[in-house]
Amino acid sequence: MKGWRELTIGAIIPEAGNAASYNTGSWRAFRPQWIEENCIQCLFCWIYCPDSAVNVKDGKRGEFDYDHCKGCGICAMECPGKKGKKAIVMVEEGT
Amino acid sequence: MGKKLAVTGNQAVATAMKQINPDVCAAYPITPQTEIMQRFASFVSDGEVDTELITVESEHSAMSACIGAAAAGGRVMTATSSQGLALMWEMLYIASGMRLPIVMPVVNRALSAPINIHGDHSDSMGARDSGWIQLYSENAQEAYDNVIQAVRIGEHENVRLPVMVCMDGFIISHSIESMEFLPDEVVKEFVGEYKPLYSLLDVDNPVTYGPLVLPDYYMEFKRQQHEAMGNVKEVVLEVAKEFEKVSGRSYGLFEEYRLDDAEVIIVILNSAAGTAKDVVDQYRDKGVKVGLLKPRLFRPFPYKEVAEALSGAKVVAVLDRADSFGGFGPVYMEVASALTTNGARPLMLNRIYGLGGRDFMPEHAETVIEELKRVLDSGKIEKQKDYLGVRE
Ligand code: SF4
Ligand code: SF4
Repeated sequence: MKGWRELTIGAIIPEAGNAASYNTGSWRAFRPQWIEENCIQCLFCWIYCPDSAVNVKDGKRGEFDYDHCKGCGICAMECPGKKGKKAIVMVEEGT
Repeated sequence: MGKKLAVTGNQAVATAMKQINPDVCAAYPITPQTEIMQRFASFVSDGEVDTELITVESEHSAMSACIGAAAAGGRVMTATSSQGLALMWEMLYIASGMRLPIVMPVVNRALSAPINIHGDHSDSMGARDSGWIQLYSENAQEAYDNVIQAVRIGEHENVRLPVMVCMDGFIISHSIESMEFLPDEVVKEFVGEYKPLYSLLDVDNPVTYGPLVLPDYYMEFKRQQHEAMGNVKEVVLEVAKEFEKVSGRSYGLFEEYRLDDAEVIIVILNSAAGTAKDVVDQYRDKGVKVGLLKPRLFRPFPYKEVAEALSGAKVVAVLDRADSFGGFGPVYMEVASALTTNGARPLMLNRIYGLGGRDFMPEHAETVIEELKRVLDSGKIEKQKDYLGVRE
């Protein structure tokens, strides 16, 4: 870890987008789980996630980014799923 | 040569601000500071400055807007007093923590309750741990000179900290005295162009201000602030030297008045120091070895230098125009701390005076010097902390 002489003054962050290198996933109490067979690829979860923790590649939803997901549950709430079956469920961490 | 004019302290400060021509001012009126911003607002309306003046709904908002403008890369100023400064409290720490060199004249006024609009130092002394540099001014001339120097001190690359320039409410802010102004172009050149370190408006080099910093890094940033404060003394002296070249007026970390060979010394800051110096002269004429030390730079406090200046003293009285109920006055606490490194320490008294604008009269200084003489003879202190001019 850096000493005070090496740090930018005033806690200013001079690089853009470096939040990606700061893993905050350990704050999570509940983990979202993606159930792929119920997913209709609407990407609501990607839009609603306040933390860009839903990976999307070539317009297709991929796995969660568990290094940054805080477990807020918004994606699970918004997910329409398929035929009444949710494509995202929240499970308690450590279970 | 500058112009000599008779002005109020507020007028002197407003004129300094006009000559500095900051990018942004966000302010809210409060007695006895109001006249500064009222006059400055006229300069803005009359097109005499290029400043963006933001009239806000409170001092909390004033300081918040100043912080935003400073983070955006502007040279920023505001002014306040008393309850206004108290309302800024949480933002003061943010300005210093983000290392934004905002300059703020503080027209010293008592704090409520009971409500009182007159001068004492409770407001700025309460903010002494907020990470701001503090300069104190005896009169309008010093307030004017300090405001101009404050810009250079706060913005110095080894410092990057906000600065308060304090002067006494009403006694200085509203009294008219004659003082000398520097020509506009001299001030313009002296303060120079502001070069922000990190600017939010510099879109090619985006930065984040104010991130969350947890126990793993918080202390490192606080340690940086202490380091920056440690650099201030040198910068203050360097800027003072340059200022002397353009103004002919010399400044140090504090003023030493007849300290050579002084056995008894009064430590007192701001306007009352002027009154006390007259009384020191009278006692010197009578052969009493008395001197006076008037702090100018209170944050960071120049412990080592003050200890040296007081090294010959046998008895020291520190006069405070602010109280710490259940403790000693703020100036006393610093002077006492400074002297812990001196082998032979003087006896020390703390006298609280002038709260809520009560006049500090020559007889108060006489009372103190008489007591200092008694302690010098007896070697005994009856009351370490007491009040001057309070009815029983
Ligand atoms: S739980 Fe919250 S943080 Fe995690 S992916 Fe869903 S919306 Fe994003
Ligand atoms: S919101 Fe649900 S259904 Fe839509 S893409 Fe995300 S997981 Fe799939």
